[in-house]
Amino acid sequence: MGVHTAHNAESSDHAAVSHQFEDIGQQNEIYIVGMWTFLVTEIMFFGVLFFAYVLYRWKFGDVFYEAHKVLNVRLGFINTTVLLTSSLFMALGVRSAMLKNRKMTLFWLISVIVCAFAFMVIKYFEYSAKIAAHEIPGPFFQWHGPGSAGQAEIFFSLYFAMTGLHGIHVLIGIITLGILAWMVAVKHKAVDDYMPIEMFGLYWHFVDIVWIFLFPLFYLMPHG
Amino acid sequence: MKEETNSMPAHDAPQVNYLNWSHTVKSWLLTGDHKRIAMLYLISVSAFFLVGSAAAGLIRLELTSPRGVLLENETYNKIFTMHGVVMVFFFLIPAIPAILGNFLVPLMIGARDLAFPRLNLLSWYVYMAGGVCAVIAMMTGGVDTGWTFYTPYSSMYSKSQVVWAICGAFFAGFSSIFTGINFIVTIHKMRAPGLTWFRLPLFVWAQYATSVIMILGTPVIAITLLLVVVERTLHIGIFDPKLGGDPVLFQHLFWFYSHPAVYIMILPSMGVISELMACFSRKRVFGYSFVAFSSLAIAALGFLVWGHHMFVSSQSMYQGMVFSIISTVVAVPSAIKVFNWTATMYKGSIRLETPMYYALGFLGLFLIGGLTGLYLSSMATDIHLHDTYFVVAHFHYVMVGGTIMGYLGGLHFWWPKMTGRLYSEFWGRLSAILVFLGFNATFMPQFVVGYLGMPRRYHYYYLMPEFQIWHVLSSFGSILLAVGFMLPAFYLTWSYLKGPKAGPNPWNATGLEWTTQSPPMSHNFDEPPIVTEEAYAYDAEAEEAEDIEEAPAAKPAHAPKPAGG
Amino acid sequence: MGNFPLMPEQASTFAGPYDVLFLVTTILTVVFTGLVSALVVFFALRYRKGNKVNRKGAHDEHLPLELTWTILPLILGLVIFFWAAALFTHMRSAPKDAMEIYVIGKQWMWHIQHPDGVRENNELHVPLGKPVKLIMISQDVLHSFFIPQFRVKQDVIPGRYTTLWFEPSKVGRYNLLCAEYCGTQHSEMGGFVEVMEQAEYQKWLASKGARNFDQKLTMEKAGEAIYKQYNCAGCHEANDSIRGPSLAGLFGKVVALEKGDSVTADNSYVREAILSPNDRLTKGYIASMPTYKGQITEEQTLQLMAHIKTLGVAQPKPTMAPAVSPPAGSTDPSVPDVRPTGTPE
Repeated sequence: MGVHTAHNAESSDHAAVSHQFEDIGQQNEIYIVGMWTFLVTEIMFFGVLFFAYVLYRWKFGDVFYEAHKVLNVRLGFINTTVLLTSSLFMALGVRSAMLKNRKMTLFWLISVIVCAFAFMVIKYFEYSAKIAAHEIPGPFFQWHGPGSAGQAEIFFSLYFAMTGLHGIHVLIGIITLGILAWMVAVKHKAVDDYMPIEMFGLYWHFVDIVWIFLFPLFYLMPHG
Repeated sequence: MKEETNSMPAHDAPQVNYLNWSHTVKSWLLTGDHKRIAMLYLISVSAFFLVGSAAAGLIRLELTSPRGVLLENETYNKIFTMHGVVMVFFFLIPAIPAILGNFLVPLMIGARDLAFPRLNLLSWYVYMAGGVCAVIAMMTGGVDTGWTFYTPYSSMYSKSQVVWAICGAFFAGFSSIFTGINFIVTIHKMRAPGLTWFRLPLFVWAQYATSVIMILGTPVIAITLLLVVVERTLHIGIFDPKLGGDPVLFQHLFWFYSHPAVYIMILPSMGVISELMACFSRKRVFGYSFVAFSSLAIAALGFLVWGHHMFVSSQSMYQGMVFSIISTVVAVPSAIKVFNWTATMYKGSIRLETPMYYALGFLGLFLIGGLTGLYLSSMATDIHLHDTYFVVAHFHYVMVGGTIMGYLGGLHFWWPKMTGRLYSEFWGRLSAILVFLGFNATFMPQFVVGYLGMPRRYHYYYLMPEFQIWHVLSSFGSILLAVGFMLPAFYLTWSYLKGPKAGPNPWNATGLEWTTQSPPMSHNFDEPPIVTEEAYAYDAEAEEAEDIEEAPAAKPAHAPKPAGG
Repeated sequence: MGNFPLMPEQASTFAGPYDVLFLVTTILTVVFTGLVSALVVFFALRYRKGNKVNRKGAHDEHLPLELTWTILPLILGLVIFFWAAALFTHMRSAPKDAMEIYVIGKQWMWHIQHPDGVRENNELHVPLGKPVKLIMISQDVLHSFFIPQFRVKQDVIPGRYTTLWFEPSKVGRYNLLCAEYCGTQHSEMGGFVEVMEQAEYQKWLASKGARNFDQKLTMEKAGEAIYKQYNCAGCHEANDSIRGPSLAGLFGKVVALEKGDSVTADNSYVREAILSPNDRLTKGYIASMPTYKGQITEEQTLQLMAHIKTLGVAQPKPTMAPAVSPPAGSTDPSVPDVRPTGTPE
């Protein structure tokens, strides 16, 4: 926000405080409120899809149950573990940032990137297996299980839409993490304070929580 | 809030302000200043208003004859879709929040800027990206789905540029999410010392309620429209009836946002009207807390009424009843506002200047718009009127009569603050009167023709040639309306270039925005303001007494009656 | 009304009550708009700056006043709501004896089939004074069936039946329109509804049937042919068999499902049971019926349903049927009775 610092002679001497704020305390409070407000919009984003999922599972429960058997629970489980671990690393990263331990912060951030990347790779294998088995909605869709093919196609549409949107969030996370790690590495003044990393941590935990819901809804359906 | 009008020295030396501190293109395109971003929005939103209006003009021209005048069916469908998409997503939704709200919220709460200036700038760029997508959609053949994008027509059948148009709406939606986040955080955390919630100007309350709707509703439409796009392009679809999907689900999701979106359009306008009513009646807004909480009530209830768009869409009777009764209830907070504004005028000292003309026009049009909503919220009457011109007239009364009157009123009110210049009162009042008359002439006949059974989105009506007379009347009215809308473009441009200097507070209004210079400097206030009073510290009685002292000769011809009305 | 029509004709039994409600709402609108506008103008003139009037004692707030104008509109609104809800319920509850006509909407025409096989496009002939129930479905996008003079409208949706009923009350020709935007020729998707005296209608049916030679089969007969063509009776015998449940008296019956819940057999359920039979299996049966999706058209589905409706009247629970001999006088379900339920040939 350096554009207007010229007009802002009385601004605090703390380098990381933007010109519109009084002090770092106000800035940090504002980051927190802003981030939570943003997460509310994210909940509404995913909410639509969860709503559609509930509706169709209620309508087509049997076929959904049949279709869910096709998903690879083992890979799903591994991915859940990977993502949960990354959340732990993220929390450790935030702690290191609070303690102003730059090296450890960098280390944990990179660990998170590695986990996120692993998640995406596993996801890639899962997706390509589905595509190879004609379990991707569209003209090539084939359904050999019991029940209506159309309903199975809707199951897979929801599967791809929801895990896809989640995957996009992981990707955005990886990019943002990359930038943050770089900023930490070059001692950028914006990350003097731990708050940016903490804010990213909130986002990352949110992405993790979404997966915590997605995994049982798609992979671990109870019969009935 | 200290009034400093009398002590203001004549500024002849050019003052440095947010407009003139730098004239480079870069200083505009990379600005973080909420006031400059507001100006960027003003220009781009006005441009889209022009596009949307041109489309409206073509529609009115076509409908003067039962068999059309110069367009094909296909083209006509694209024109009304363009009118809807542009007006809703690129004009009505951003108009007041992104222009007036951006400019005024920090000034009104005594902040140096919004909480996230770069996010604010990003929101303008995202808006422009959406605009570019919409323009691409128009240039490469247009869209013919109607602005509602109902499936399965939009997802499976339409052969037009649906994807581009949806991208446009999608980006515009993100732009308003960013604005909403910014306002919420700013209003929560950056109020000047002493500026408690109940000292806030009602405009800020209205912006707050609007922002809540923006952040809760807009993601829903964004993802829903995205689902239409992936259904169209990747066949990853959940609305396809051939698979057993439910096309009506789309309508539910669509209206879950798009009904509250009406409140995104009207609430800020109501906020403007509160400011205008107080200032030009020289009185505190009657029932401040009722007006403030009615905004929040509208924002909350507004999320529970979407189903009234779907009474004939095959939803169950009981579902319809629930939506119907909540829709009836949501009318009440709007009524509360109207009554409170009316009561504000009682025993005021009313100045009929241009913004007040717009405010009074707003009251008349919004009353009709709101009350005709009653026909549509009660299920039985809605059956016949649904998807007819009655609905078209109703929502134009709310959106044009409500939103645009409020927007223009606000623009005229704060214009001296935004540009530092005054405009011609004569032309201002004339345009307000023209808009009011032209508007009624355009849309009143549409109520009748809708009741007669003219469905909306009809190009030809040769099966019902007896409707022509009403369409012709409506089209004549629209000429008047167009003139009314065009006038401000001219005299405001003149005012910006050559208008007389306004001074910091030409209306003698209260409110922090009037305590700083016009136009304000980039950092808004030289000293952070401290608030010790409630909003609207006007005193009609005292002001009148001053005036009488100044002119003691004028004795009332009649004895002062005890006020009856 | 000459050159300035203000009101659509009243041609159904709904139109009268509808217009009364409409009028009352209009009076309410006019009174409120007039009242507030008059006050606004009055205040604007009386309290204009410089007018020497008493401005003492103005309030900032006034709780009783606020409550008055909160509660009064609420009550008025609720009165309108309950009135409208009652009328709506009436408009949505078709009488049992209503004559059923089938409607298929497609881009950009209305295709209509009368019970005895007469078909028409973009025209609908109905007898005066007889309740008519339309069973409607769309073949492609959303449409909406709209007759302004009857004050009725109902969206027509792909993949799902919707219904609409009315009772014409005036002989004449009225507009038939599509009210839900459906693409290029949306504004031309329509025609007229002709209300005829009962006798005229019978005459019309007879002649219309003769003119369309290939379409003179009644809905039931056409359905019966399809029933035979696909050998439906091979599994769905007169009584429940191992292969399939009996279809006699199916409509309106509560069907127990394999999953444990149950469903009332209505148009939508039967359509689903034909097109994708394995989605909701009847209790005690396995998924052995092939799907007919894509094999029979919407039109044929409607005909098939019309036929199934003739397969005997609702019977006592089928489980009782083998134990107890059929009640005397009822049709023997083993001989499907193809007598049309509605009008004679």
